[in-house]
Amino acid sequence: MAGPANDTPPPDVESFAFTAENQALIARIIAKYPPGKQASAVLPLLDMAQRQMAAQSGSAWVPRKAMDVIAATLGMAPIRVYEVATFYTMFNLRPIGRYHLQVCTTTPCWLRGSDEVAAACKRATGADWGKTSPDGLFHMTEVECLGACVNAPIVQVNDDFYEDLDAASTERLIEALKRGETPPMGSAIGRQTSAPEGALTSLTTLYGDKAGSPTPAGE
Amino acid sequence: MLSDSDRIFTNLYGIADWRLAAAKGRGDWDGTAGFIAKGRDWVVEQVKASGLRGRGGAGFPTGLKWSFMPKASDGRPHYLVVNADESEPGTCKDRDIIRHDPQKLIEGCLIASFAMGAHAAYIYIRGEFINEARQLQAAIDEAYEAGLLGKNAAGSGWDFDLYLHRGAGAYICGEETALIESLEGKKGMPRLKPPFPAAVGLYGCPTTVNNVESIAVVPTILRRGPDWFAKLGRPKNSGTKVFCISGHVNRPCNVEEEMGIPLRELIERHAGGVRGGWDNLLAVIPGGSSVPLLPKSICDTVLMDFDSLREARSGLGTAAVIVMDKSTDVIKAIARLARFYKHESCGQCTPCREGTGWMWRVMERMVQGRAEPDEIDTLEQVTRQVEGHTICALGDAAAWPIQGLIRHFRPEMEARIAACKAARQTGGAAPARMAAE
Repeated sequence: MAGPANDTPPPDVESFAFTAENQALIARIIAKYPPGKQASAVLPLLDMAQRQMAAQSGSAWVPRKAMDVIAATLGMAPIRVYEVATFYTMFNLRPIGRYHLQVCTTTPCWLRGSDEVAAACKRATGADWGKTSPDGLFHMTEVECLGACVNAPIVQVNDDFYEDLDAASTERLIEALKRGETPPMGSAIGRQTSAPEGALTSLTTLYGDKAGSPTPAGE
Repeated sequence: MLSDSDRIFTNLYGIADWRLAAAKGRGDWDGTAGFIAKGRDWVVEQVKASGLRGRGGAGFPTGLKWSFMPKASDGRPHYLVVNADESEPGTCKDRDIIRHDPQKLIEGCLIASFAMGAHAAYIYIRGEFINEARQLQAAIDEAYEAGLLGKNAAGSGWDFDLYLHRGAGAYICGEETALIESLEGKKGMPRLKPPFPAAVGLYGCPTTVNNVESIAVVPTILRRGPDWFAKLGRPKNSGTKVFCISGHVNRPCNVEEEMGIPLRELIERHAGGVRGGWDNLLAVIPGGSSVPLLPKSICDTVLMDFDSLREARSGLGTAAVIVMDKSTDVIKAIARLARFYKHESCGQCTPCREGTGWMWRVMERMVQGRAEPDEIDTLEQVTRQVEGHTICALGDAAAWPIQGLIRHFRPEMEARIAACKAARQTGGAAPARMAAE
């Protein structure tokens, strides 16, 4: 489990039901798996519940009532859903802030300055590992390798990766989020995805040395 | 150096469009039905002849793995499962294939599935790759609309469905049987083998699990012929490979290069060299966090392929090159990896569940030097008791980085302990020989 241990029981909601729109999607998700194997849909449905909570309450988390609904929907014993929800790190079992700052500190990010990035997150938000900022906007989680190591250090904000960060660009990112903006995801230094900064060293016969040109919007 | 004409992933950086029309312009889906018309055995033989070894870390020959699937169905369906749970620290190559060259992966899924008698395949992508999953789903949808997937896929006469399944944050699901458990809707806890997935895999059916890169290179191998692939690199270590170069280099990047390229050339040609110059190099982890690090003296000459790195008592792993210059606290770098494995242990096997935590806690004391010199031996012995004593390789992966540290940087560890002792002469208690929580 990520973050410091929290021994108080997680909160719950009065009731939970999937929206009509999501209920229609559930049938399509279950259809991806063979008949009788609908338990395979437990991860997608937990994710759906977490997203619905974010849309409805501003906080992406999975209350126990939602797990019970999923268990009933998929014909699983509730404990089977609870054990899955508590095994995988992406399910938040308590309310979090609107922006989930997931700061990678594993060795490749650490070598490139993730300590400074984490300190900038704390400074700019007032949050801390496993805690939500006083304004309720930001929640900080120390995460293990996010899988974008050649663009380290990385912070994942909700769905999006922000890459090639340092303290200054991290603070700019957080200030923009506070203003309600969504800065473009990807490299903070304008790199073309995982290409080396500056001129290309491969694929030059195809693209010249076009690296460094930012990816077109909407890509 | 590999010439661009021998590169498979010609849109690795996403400079061109990832969509189907542009991918076809790069050669994808050219002649797919013709390959399938030549039959299942032909495809497997071509992949065997190419010398392709799995790109997910273990390096097992891909064609041989496919040949383990039953030749005829006993009534159970067969499955291909593609491992896109890319989570090995340092590794970010499959992400680029998924978001920039997805049709190579999708076409590879059809060909590989046909070669193992599977009419359905699942791609299991790590949960954090949310935007990548959206893009891959869009690419799959495009392939369906174009008739490349579904009934009579790509006009081949083979019916084939491809589904994308997202994980939810668990490194262990990159282990093939944990991945299957997770796909079945359970905790990602590895299964005992045997039975191997080719006999009893997903939903109890014959299954092969392959890495993204292993599958995505197959269409190009068939188009250009296995000899072309086999001639790149060295015998038994053939082909091209996407390397991920991170850490203390001037220009970190992913790059597709020839197998067997010297490590130094790889770093200097593509990653702008080590920060502060080659002589400022301390050590390199050459194949993702699980493999032992190499000190500069070995990095000077080592070649980047399976057998060269094995001879150097390390491994190619996922070809994720993590570079550390002389400013690095190498003990701390490895202690952080120990914490990673403690966090990611599924908890099923006692040596791993208890051992990863124990090793991490002792490593934290080693970082500070709060230890006795003979505890280095104790730590080494404990790594040997974890290694090889667990259901899956996560225990091994947790042990190897520490073994590498002790093998190559023991003097640094002893100096740290001596320095701590010297500081204690001025007051303070002897270190408690504990690793309890």
